[in-house]
Amino acid sequence: MSVESEPRAVVARAIGFRRRLWILGGLLAAGVLVALMLGRYPGPYVTPLEALAQDALARSVVLNLRMPRIIAAVALGAVLAASGTTFQFIFRNPLVDSGFLGVSQGAAFGASLAIVALGGSAAVVQGCAALFAFLGLAASTFMARRLHLGDWVLRLVMAGIGVSAVYSAGTGVVKYLADPLRQLPDITFWLLGGLWAITWVDVAHMLPVVLPCLIVLVLMRWRLNLLSLRDETAFSLGVVPGRERMLMLIAAVAATAVVVSKAGQIGWVGLIVPHIARRSLGADAQRALPGGMLIGALFVLLCDTAARTAFSGEIPLGILTSFIGAALFFSLLMRNELELRR
Amino acid sequence: MSTAVALDRVSFRYGPRLPRAVCEITLDIAAGAATAILGPNGSGKSTLLHLILGLHMPQQGSVRLMDGACEPGAPGVSSRVVGLVPQDEPVAFNLNVLEYVLLGRAPYLGLLQRPTARDRAVAFQALETVGIRDLWDRSTPTLSGGERQLATMARALTQEPSILLLDEPTSHLDVANARRVVGIIRRVLETGRTVIFTTHDPNAAAAAADEVVLMRQGCVLGAGRVRETLTPASLSATYDVAISVLNEGRSRPLVELYDQGGKSWNP
Repeated sequence: MSVESEPRAVVARAIGFRRRLWILGGLLAAGVLVALMLGRYPGPYVTPLEALAQDALARSVVLNLRMPRIIAAVALGAVLAASGTTFQFIFRNPLVDSGFLGVSQGAAFGASLAIVALGGSAAVVQGCAALFAFLGLAASTFMARRLHLGDWVLRLVMAGIGVSAVYSAGTGVVKYLADPLRQLPDITFWLLGGLWAITWVDVAHMLPVVLPCLIVLVLMRWRLNLLSLRDETAFSLGVVPGRERMLMLIAAVAATAVVVSKAGQIGWVGLIVPHIARRSLGADAQRALPGGMLIGALFVLLCDTAARTAFSGEIPLGILTSFIGAALFFSLLMRNELELRR
Repeated sequence: MSTAVALDRVSFRYGPRLPRAVCEITLDIAAGAATAILGPNGSGKSTLLHLILGLHMPQQGSVRLMDGACEPGAPGVSSRVVGLVPQDEPVAFNLNVLEYVLLGRAPYLGLLQRPTARDRAVAFQALETVGIRDLWDRSTPTLSGGERQLATMARALTQEPSILLLDEPTSHLDVANARRVVGIIRRVLETGRTVIFTTHDPNAAAAAADEVVLMRQGCVLGAGRVRETLTPASLSATYDVAISVLNEGRSRPLVELYDQGGKSWNP
């Protein structure tokens, strides 16, 4: 059969997908520009362009406060969506995200421990969060290898549930031991998540890890379809399931650990955005992953902009993403558009 | 005649304390023919298929493919030689049929590569072979059981394998779809490929296969041409029930089961 005999609809669909990706990219670029000009200085809501030329403080606010924060929001959304998509494909389960394998709970425990026992400086909190997130992955993998039931995916999910439970209990103990006036509010605020403290230094710490990880995930995205098959089928297609899954999981977890260590717990993005991407762009990971990254980046950017501008006091970002994420989840559930079938 | 699969005293067990699932099998499977591995449930048919695929490595003996040119599971080679149609293949997400069938191109694509127009042409050719080209745009969860089985066959054919393994290809299908699958197996043979399939149904083996291997409790009880191997004595020994064969000695015999009272009982 010649290549030319490919139905026109296949070509049309590819063009349609590319168009939608460009539209999403355009919306994100527009969102970034709008977010840069929104804020509470010099006046509420919009920063006039003249202010940038005349007011040095306004210029500094835009360049040194809003700009790094916006970059962090975009990176955070893209990473949570990419890692959520990766987790859902690898675990063949549309209801998992980076909360699995003890990654998020590990980060939460590490941050709480750093606040209570290690002085609570920003660098120590972030370092501890990233360290314990990775330890969560390592512990889950180690435990999964020791289990003797089910296939690799089932063993890893079960081990992840156990490790997450241990970390959650550990976080409870640390909160119980924390000074209720000095340390507990810090822990609570970190657990609620937010980007208020992001600086250029944080962005410089994040991007060298986040960018290579996202590049790996984007370049290998078609393999996610293969990894969502049963091991015997994946093997028959020349895939080395264990090795490829581990490579993609490490990329997803490393990127998540870094952004979570800076932003705290940001719920629901990694769960709900991959669903929206699959519904709107197609189930093929080739489309769902890059589309999801753009949707996730846009979603977190909009939420963060609302979190810092809607009220005089900042709303923790995690609360906003959870409210909106849960509402979207219910909406998909009510319309029977959630892929819960196996 | 060249040999597609050569097993030499192959034994395999799933765990050190478990009984052998396959014991001391020595067998040559001819290239270019359809071979049915026939036996009751739990007789080691699927394990044998997985040994040929390379998913399991035998604890004893050896398996060689294509006149010894290839070893099962050899990285980068085996998946271009052997394709698998598993018994049941759930697809976790709503991939359409074309996206699903394209997964069969994985052996030809590197870690960072994605399917091209040439790969899509091969996928459409496979869809044509199994007769579901028109369904390329359908979401896989909306397919019927028979259509899903055909899509899985198309996915395996997209691998362009020399040996096609099918695990119980007709067991979940109604009569019309089972007949369709048998027809596709015969069509695949015309392209020079070798087909090896497991089945617990002697009639499915008789309808689709040129050669048959009888298995019971991990051992091979007999192997050879269908007309010579599917005899009342060999089938009764394999299934432990009284079995008679209509048209015995013909290339496509029909098998009939009898209960203990000698009454005909066909499921």
